[in-house]
Amino acid sequence: MWKLLRYMKGYGKESVCAPLFKLLEALFELFVPLVVARIIDVGIAQRDEGYILGMCFLMAALGLTGLICSITAQYFSAKAAAGFASRVRSSLFAHIQALPFSGMDTIGTSTLITRLTSDINQVQSGVNLFLRLFLRSPFIVFGAMVMAFTVDAQAALVFVVVIPVLCVIVFGIMLISIPIYKRVQERLDRVVQITRENLKGVRVIRAFCREPLETAEFERDNGALVKIQLLSGRISALMNPLTYLVINGGLLAILYAGAYRVDEGLLLQGSVVALVNYMSQILVELVKLANLIITVTKAIACGNRIQKVFDAPAGMESRTVRADAQNDEGTVTAADGTENSAGDTVIEFENVQFCYQGAGADSLTDISFSVRRGETVGIIGGTGAGKTSLVSLIPRFYDVREGCVKIGGIDVRAYPVEKLRSMVGMVLQKSVLFQGTIRSNLLWGNEAATDDDLRRALRLAQAEDVVSDKKGGLDAPVEQEGRNFSGGQKQRLAIARALVREPEILILDDSASALDFATDARLRQAIAGLPGDMTVLIVSQRIASIRHADKIIVLEDGEIAGIGTHEELLAGCEIYRETYDSQFPKEVQA
Amino acid sequence: MKKDGQKEILKQVLRYIRPYRVLVVFSLLAAVVSVALTLYIPVLTGQVIDHIIGRGKVDFDAVFSVMRRMIAVILLTAAAQWIMNVINNRIVYSVSGEVRALAFRKIEELPLSYLDAHGSGDLVSRVTADVDQFSDGLLMGFTQLFTGVVTIFGTLVFMLSANVGITAVVVLLTPVSLLVARFIAVRTYQMFRLQSEARGQQTAFIDEMIGGQKVVQAYGQEKNVQAAFDEMNERLRKYSLRAVFFSSITNPATRFVNSLVYTGVGLTGAFAVLRGAMTVGQLSAFLSYANQYTKPFNEISGVVTELQNALACAGRVFELIEAPAQSPDPEPAAALKERPGNVALRHVDFSYTPEKKLIEDLNLSVKSGQRIAIVGPTGCGKTTMINLLMRFYDVDGGSIQIEGTDIRSLKRRDLRGSYGMVLQDTWLRSGTIRDNICMGRPDASMEEIVRAAKEAHAHSFIKRLPDGYDTVITENGGNLSQGQKQLLCIARVMLCLPPMLILDEATSSIDVRTEIRIQKAFQTMMEGRTSFIVAHRLSTIQNADRILVMKDGRIIEQGTHKNLLEQGGFYAELYASQFDRPINEIPKM
Repeated sequence: MWKLLRYMKGYGKESVCAPLFKLLEALFELFVPLVVARIIDVGIAQRDEGYILGMCFLMAALGLTGLICSITAQYFSAKAAAGFASRVRSSLFAHIQALPFSGMDTIGTSTLITRLTSDINQVQSGVNLFLRLFLRSPFIVFGAMVMAFTVDAQAALVFVVVIPVLCVIVFGIMLISIPIYKRVQERLDRVVQITRENLKGVRVIRAFCREPLETAEFERDNGALVKIQLLSGRISALMNPLTYLVINGGLLAILYAGAYRVDEGLLLQGSVVALVNYMSQILVELVKLANLIITVTKAIACGNRIQKVFDAPAGMESRTVRADAQNDEGTVTAADGTENSAGDTVIEFENVQFCYQGAGADSLTDISFSVRRGETVGIIGGTGAGKTSLVSLIPRFYDVREGCVKIGGIDVRAYPVEKLRSMVGMVLQKSVLFQGTIRSNLLWGNEAATDDDLRRALRLAQAEDVVSDKKGGLDAPVEQEGRNFSGGQKQRLAIARALVREPEILILDDSASALDFATDARLRQAIAGLPGDMTVLIVSQRIASIRHADKIIVLEDGEIAGIGTHEELLAGCEIYRETYDSQFPKEVQA
Repeated sequence: MKKDGQKEILKQVLRYIRPYRVLVVFSLLAAVVSVALTLYIPVLTGQVIDHIIGRGKVDFDAVFSVMRRMIAVILLTAAAQWIMNVINNRIVYSVSGEVRALAFRKIEELPLSYLDAHGSGDLVSRVTADVDQFSDGLLMGFTQLFTGVVTIFGTLVFMLSANVGITAVVVLLTPVSLLVARFIAVRTYQMFRLQSEARGQQTAFIDEMIGGQKVVQAYGQEKNVQAAFDEMNERLRKYSLRAVFFSSITNPATRFVNSLVYTGVGLTGAFAVLRGAMTVGQLSAFLSYANQYTKPFNEISGVVTELQNALACAGRVFELIEAPAQSPDPEPAAALKERPGNVALRHVDFSYTPEKKLIEDLNLSVKSGQRIAIVGPTGCGKTTMINLLMRFYDVDGGSIQIEGTDIRSLKRRDLRGSYGMVLQDTWLRSGTIRDNICMGRPDASMEEIVRAAKEAHAHSFIKRLPDGYDTVITENGGNLSQGQKQLLCIARVMLCLPPMLILDEATSSIDVRTEIRIQKAFQTMMEGRTSFIVAHRLSTIQNADRILVMKDGRIIEQGTHKNLLEQGGFYAELYASQFDRPINEIPKM
């Protein structure tokens, strides 16, 4: 959390002024009971009307200055808090943007979103409240005591007893309630979980006629929740009566002591009134202080969570591999890879071992193969075989653990990341579109593309009808996450986006899964018919999608189980043959 | 109209509170007592002060007698406060528990059309968050409102009994504080709206961009995205600053008005004391009233918005609770023969929305033991067939019959119990592997469970899990692979093995070996049973007794694999594109 405070820089003035002005306001507030005491002891006792008027004017003036101080303080603290939150948000977003894929995988998308939104909001209100109250509340509590001492030291001893007792009660009840409240939350989570499960699995539950059993289970969990809620309620129900008892006990003690002190002539009647007033100021502020502590604790917890995201290393590790050392031909001069058209081999994997962050075992073991310019390569294997991991290494979404991946003869780690990725058109398993228009989405592929370029890409991606079906053609609006498009439509647009880029390497990562077979086939045909020498990698689980590739890589458990053409693999690769048999059983002649 | 709606909701709320009316009465009594006594304390304090006049002029007897009374009052107040809190807790938590249970029971009874139409997230939040909001807001809000009103009137009475003039000062000045608060609130509302709009917009943007982060990076769009974000962020900062600042003026401003009231009381009070119309003690009591008189007003205005919010939440919960349940099972229900197998669809019409017709005049008759494969492009109505056969949805026209009996005259339990269903969208619940397998037959013995798992080819992987059959799986089987989940779902059906089957094959294949196991398990199950299979595998299709080719909700072709191929229609086309022919022979569709 403390590291986050660097974003307060530039708000130093505000964060000093806010509490200071708050302090002033509190000070003025503390004077009021004294003024009242003077009215009684001097004004009334001596029947001095002018004095009373003057004192009342002073009271109003105190109120007004208090108001001005307080508004100034509120402004400063609002400004500091909002500015602080805005800075944290902006740099957190930038940091997330720069996170490598491995970082995103370990933290998780939904976590990142929570950090950016509700966590930062919590921190903002924590900072705001803290700046406003952390001086004021303790100051009034202890200020009241100090003022009481100035009135009468002996009677003020009551405060010395009352304040700690109140603290023990307020904070004690808070401390006891927090763990119980956690248990309430756990039970509540369980109730949420069982409700959600019942909704998601409603078909299965009804198919098995389990409704009564589920209801019974819910009622058991629900009962447990109510029980623990009642327990926590019973504890917090003690707060008000107990503090009331203590405060009024203190009041009685002051009156008692006051009676003797006044009788002995050591104290005036008005001073007793002032003492009584101070007593009543304490409780309100103490409760505020308790709430402040809760809010600040929460904010600190949120701040720590945010800091954790900041702590995740951003960007790819700058383990730059010297380009010339990696380049056999030596024609490539610089690490920016401007002259990368060396040789015929476009992609090369050399003894690649790859392991996801935090995973126990390698996801890819000893992968070596090479792809020539213009080739179409199929990659097949079951779920978890490592297909996606393999293609993700090409645009350097992840770094290898050992070995190396080369593009055009140069280690991918030697390219500037942007340059590398601009050479690759990648269509991910889950197609994502962004709010805007069809055009704005396609332009991501290449900002300079003309409408003709876009239409050509759409035609290739079999997505012409997607555009013509929507009102507005290329300018048809795309809603958030492309939710006004079906899965198949999104996939085709995502493919078009990749094609707009006219990449040297096109990677389709199972990106035809939502297409029907005929469209899938036409898409492959169109890509195969493209002029030029684009290299295409197709990841699939369907043999039909890759059987016509120049080269097929069969993955099983992160290892290459076979490389070759369809026919070669049928003859020589057992796993490929098994897969083929399961997808194309020998015709059963009826 | 809106008011009427709120009245309706209030009436319903009262119905739920009715069983607790005795407690409610006690709670209200305790509230009145505690408020009245709380207000009495400043009066007593004033009396004590009046007996402490100055040196040698302290009437100790009087002081002690008043203080004794104070002790009693303080103890009583604390007790009343405590009783009120405890009773309120009891009412709030019990009512919310009951409403939650009611809502859940209703979910179990609602027709699937309702559940499908409402997102599960929405329904979950109604059962949990809305119920909490409603019970907290409504009942707590109500007590606050009640004590607030009592406090205001109580204070008035006490003040009037002491001095009418000063009371007038308080009563006339207090509204100023309310006006100030209202004035600020109205202006702040606009700021808050802008803030939450900006916030909502930014959150949506964050959702989208972080969700699609990999694409953003793959296309190197980080800079553009950051620029758009910063622009939104700056707007949010401005709105947020204004909203936070203006709303935080309320407190100091009302505090200032209060201090004016206080000063006014001090001034008029002091002069009243000079005139002998009032004692110093009474002045002190007045001052403390002046301090707290505005508080209930401010609280009440807060409570009103909370109450409205709570009513809205209650409305959402009641809407769920009162939603029409599925039609009850017929009484008496027709009996189903021992091992049913003949199924017929007669002139079935069905659509999810009246505007979009889906299935029209669908006819089909299936003989016992036949295997029916359903194929067709996505959205053609394959899943709808499952919905209708299982009676998750009722047909709009025509009928579905089992052994000649309309399924609507059967008990749902009997109908669904005679089908074994495996969906491609595998669903497992949090619990142990064993719990999941014996879902259909909770009383099954361990041997039976193991046998079912073995037949489903699931035993070998279960055995290797850390705790075998007692391994706890997380919600929706997060720690299992897709294939393993499917095998578990098969084992689940294998354990009861009803006379008919509905199988939904997974579109994407799982690793080869698991896939082969699943196929084998399916084969074992289908032996001698009427089976409906939404098919994606050629082997399944080839072995089917009949293939239904569906397109746009209609069966456009049916027959065996062989004669469908010979027909050379839509099926032949699908088959070619999926399984065999070279690409260039595919006709355009």
